[in-house]
Amino acid sequence: MNINATLLGQTIMFAMFVWFCMKFVWPPIMAALDARKKLIADGLAAAERGKHDLELAAKRSAEVLREAKEKAADIIALGDKRAGEIVEEAKVKAEVEAGNIRTRANSEIEQEVFRAKEQLRTQVSGVALAGAGKILGREIDAKAHNDLLEKLLTEI
Amino acid sequence: MTTEALTSTEYIRHHLQNLTCGLHEGQFHCAHNVEEAKAMGFWALNIDTLGVSLVLGLVFLFFFSRVAKSAAQGVPSGAQNFVEWVIEFVDNSVRGSFSGRNALVAPLALTIFIWIFLMNLMDLIPVDYIPFVAEHMGIGHFKVVPSTDPNATIGMALGVFFLVIFYSIKMKGLGGFIGELTLQPFGKFGLPFNLFLEVVNLIAKPVSLSLRLFGNMYAGEMIFILIALLPFYVQWTLSLPWAIFHILIVTLQAFIFMTLTIVYLDMAHQEHH
Repeated sequence: MNINATLLGQTIMFAMFVWFCMKFVWPPIMAALDARKKLIADGLAAAERGKHDLELAAKRSAEVLREAKEKAADIIALGDKRAGEIVEEAKVKAEVEAGNIRTRANSEIEQEVFRAKEQLRTQVSGVALAGAGKILGREIDAKAHNDLLEKLLTEI
Repeated sequence: MTTEALTSTEYIRHHLQNLTCGLHEGQFHCAHNVEEAKAMGFWALNIDTLGVSLVLGLVFLFFFSRVAKSAAQGVPSGAQNFVEWVIEFVDNSVRGSFSGRNALVAPLALTIFIWIFLMNLMDLIPVDYIPFVAEHMGIGHFKVVPSTDPNATIGMALGVFFLVIFYSIKMKGLGGFIGELTLQPFGKFGLPFNLFLEVVNLIAKPVSLSLRLFGNMYAGEMIFILIALLPFYVQWTLSLPWAIFHILIVTLQAFIFMTLTIVYLDMAHQEHH
């Protein structure tokens, strides 16, 4: 346990180890650590930016959605109004048409009635003529006369 | 125990003896006992201390530089994660204690921390394993914990001491450094007293650094050796708790050496302290 030249050897070895460590160990590892620190910082910044972008996009999408809803509501309202108008128009048209049909029908009925009356009149006159002829043919037979009249009446 | 005839005292002495090799009576050989090692004087080498610390230093640098070479900025692998964790720990310690700007301090602190940690860790190898193997290879002594050899701890503390003096002179100039040693705390009229105080203060730095580490590890090793003297079936009741506690000391001493080095270098960089 005595002091000897080991001391100097140890000092020299120590100096060499420190030199080697300073040259080849410390700088590369510190460089790697710094690079990783930067990498992580960049990554975090990018993540932050991404989050911000996402927020913006969400806001924008909400706005677009709201606009679309408004537009849709407008369109629906417009459609409702248009539908009402169409119904109204149709109603008016229908009423007009109905009036036309009615007047046409009325005039046809009148014509029909007129024609029927005409026919009836001709028939009545024919019947009356025939009756008169028959009466004239058998003047004596009052009873027959009456019968003819009655017959005539029923015919009319 | 290595042989039956060994007494407790001999056993302990044997375990505390380094493998000291040097020139003795004109030829190079390794000492067989403490007296021979002493007789070799200063120009002898503790081969075990140097060898183990060299291997541990190379293990540290090989592992760390391999990770450094492939260090990627992406998701780190397990080894890279561990290395980065250690480096960030050391970097935080340096940032916390060292106010100047010096590219040397952080790698220095890292080297000190890991190297001393590995040296101290050798203390957890059961005390008889290595000497037993060494004996069978014809090597009489082998202390596997370099930090229980004062040569190793003083050697490192001297390295730190040189750096402290170098940066003191570099940052303050030679005049500033001498002024710091002589002109405070009592002004120029108390110069001899100032010089005495400041020199003691300066010398105390490497002495406290080296002897604190050496003392702690030596005491820990000694207790392991004493526990190893007990009958083998009770050894674990003491050696296990001590080993677990020693893990704390191993780390703590490495950390203290590193932190004090940073603090001393910080003081060397500052104008006033």
